[in-house]
Amino acid sequence: MDPSRRQFLKTAGVAAAAAAAGIVAKPLTAEANVHVEANPDRFGVLTDTTLCIGLNCRRCEIACAKENGNPPIDTPPEDESVFDHLRRTHENQFTVVNRYPNPHGADKHPIYVKKQCMHCDEPACSSACFVKALRKTKEGPVVYDASVCVGCRYCMVACPFDIPAYEYHNPTSPKVRKCTMCYATRTSLGRKPACVEACPKEVMTFGKRSDLIKLAYEKIQADPVRYERHLYGEHEVGGTSWMFLSGAPFEKIGLPEHLGDVGLPEYPRNYLSAAPLVMAIWPALWGGLYMFTKRRDELEKQEKEKGHETHDQEEK
Amino acid sequence: MAAPSIGRPAGSDWVREKIFLGMTPREYVRSLVTPGNAVAAVILAVGLPITFIRFTQGMGAVSNLSDANPWGVWIAFDVLCGVALAAGGFLTGGAVHLFGMKEYKPLVRPAILTGFLGYALVVVGLLFDLGRPWRLPYPMMVSLGTTSVLFEVGWCVALYLMCQAVEMLPPVFEWLGYKRLRQWAVGLTAGATVTAVVLSTLHQSSLGALFLIAPGKLHPLWYTMYLPVYFICSAIGGGIGMIIFESSLSHSYFKEQTKHHPHGEFDKLTIGLGKAGAVVMYMNFLLRWLGVAHDNRWELLTTGWGAWWLVEVVGFIGLPCLVYLWGYRKDNVLAIRIAAVWSVIGLILNRFNVGLIAFNYTSTERYVPRWTEIWVSVMIITIGVLIFRWMVNRMPILLQHPDYAGDEH
Ligand code: SF4
Ligand code: SF4
Repeated sequence: MDPSRRQFLKTAGVAAAAAAAGIVAKPLTAEANVHVEANPDRFGVLTDTTLCIGLNCRRCEIACAKENGNPPIDTPPEDESVFDHLRRTHENQFTVVNRYPNPHGADKHPIYVKKQCMHCDEPACSSACFVKALRKTKEGPVVYDASVCVGCRYCMVACPFDIPAYEYHNPTSPKVRKCTMCYATRTSLGRKPACVEACPKEVMTFGKRSDLIKLAYEKIQADPVRYERHLYGEHEVGGTSWMFLSGAPFEKIGLPEHLGDVGLPEYPRNYLSAAPLVMAIWPALWGGLYMFTKRRDELEKQEKEKGHETHDQEEK
Repeated sequence: MAAPSIGRPAGSDWVREKIFLGMTPREYVRSLVTPGNAVAAVILAVGLPITFIRFTQGMGAVSNLSDANPWGVWIAFDVLCGVALAAGGFLTGGAVHLFGMKEYKPLVRPAILTGFLGYALVVVGLLFDLGRPWRLPYPMMVSLGTTSVLFEVGWCVALYLMCQAVEMLPPVFEWLGYKRLRQWAVGLTAGATVTAVVLSTLHQSSLGALFLIAPGKLHPLWYTMYLPVYFICSAIGGGIGMIIFESSLSHSYFKEQTKHHPHGEFDKLTIGLGKAGAVVMYMNFLLRWLGVAHDNRWELLTTGWGAWWLVEVVGFIGLPCLVYLWGYRKDNVLAIRIAAVWSVIGLILNRFNVGLIAFNYTSTERYVPRWTEIWVSVMIITIGVLIFRWMVNRMPILLQHPDYAGDEH
């Protein structure tokens, strides 16, 4: 075979392989994109922040630590200083209660808000994970599988609520740590999460998400003065399993209102679906260009040689 | 990297020629005592204990990474900048082999070597940053998270590294004197070049797409749906800058090897690159404004973040573009070199902005790298420079191997 032909076949082979890769990649991307097959019976938790007493309680934090085998909370419940600054979840603490001043007046009761993973319906963390270590279960909770996690922490970059935490001081088997809604021990069996059970004021209600939404609107309807006319988490970032009622604007109590109603995996989705297309078209395009260039060079060379010959003849 | 001496009878003559550059071991060791090497030695001497602590006590022991700031300089510099600056490799390969710009051939090998080392060092940087680096192959073989942009980045980087390795084979075989193997490797370059161009256009933009998932966290002047487009275009700009920078440096540092290449001719190439640089930087400049116009972010330009954005876009894209243009018009090589370095710094600034500075901009817990983190990054670059020099001194990278003079590859 002459070299240019062989070259062509080689280039074409590479192009075909890449195109095939593109075709394979396509259904994969389509299949796994995180859209929950919305199980209408999936669980959720409704938190009524107007009921939480916070100080001298934090039973949910205590129960959470116990249930997950985490060290007990390091400040006693009666210690008011923990509320001096806003806390976030950590590798050893999957839920925290924060205190916010009541925007309706300094004389009004401050607002306590429990924070934990929201168990998004379209979790950014799970769509960001390149080894599928995070997964939305059909029961609702978003769970984590440490046996495949590489520790890239892209899930932490992606989470709009800043929930996943990392074991930075573990050199051999660091894990991502967050609330799993007590999936393994409780919710997969239909039982309430530990924090929900421990709450003396029944701030949280565990149940089917659809029932909780109904309940929430009944509460708002029944007492429109007490509540903001909004159920936080019904639609935010595509909907979350953990939802909130509040007597103050949500932005003021640490629940960001600018996140939009679109599931965050939607943003890279367009980009990702274009990639296989590029994979399919690009090699052909560049390979073609390569062959064109090659051919042009050869023609040029031939021309030159011919030119030389005639030149030589003329000299004679 | 191909281990140089494998499968070769290690006759002492051969070692002396190939490894010790024709010197006796004593002479060779003595030749290594230079100020530059002393600096490198200090960097490594401090870096190795840091590395030890990192892998025995966790990354928390040597970094300021936190739950609020999971990505630091190891990602922003080692990965985001490393990959972008390696774009020179596929650019020159593509220009010469695909667009037939043969006059740039002398720049191909050094650029591909820079690109290859750049990528290899990205992987080294990742070893520090990943919690369980030994699971690096997991996204490829164990559990495929196809919804993740990072999945695509991982695959592309792995495949691209292989392409560049293939493109590096001919000089390695020339050095070792394996003619038949070299011929075979040359045959593969076409495929590798095409694949490399495909892959880099994909994953350069994927690095920008990584941030699409975090619209609430990246400042809106940087967060736009054009992020992937910005990343590939700015990588081309920075890649051109790197080719100019790296080739000028090599030309003065490895004088002995480049004297066959007349200075006037080399300057012409630099000026040609400068023109390309001006065009690309101009395009980047326009694109950045397009994002602001598209998302209607004009009012943000009067804020502090807006001022910082202007510093980046006007100061590090617009100005170097003008300097390129001026240098090209006036045939001024120095101006073009200045513009090249300027635009490389601009690229680094951009990656830092997206990855660190304008990221988490509302967070109260701001990230400032610990010196040990920076030291690790500096150490990684140092290793790259040392390997580059080691290879250029031995292999026909800048120089054409006399046996293959006139050969098309
Ligand atoms: S709140 Fe964060 S960690 Fe929890 S499911 Fe949503 S994205 Fe994932
Ligand atoms: S840190 Fe682990 S869980 Fe999080 S995205 Fe990376 S691999 Fe997935």
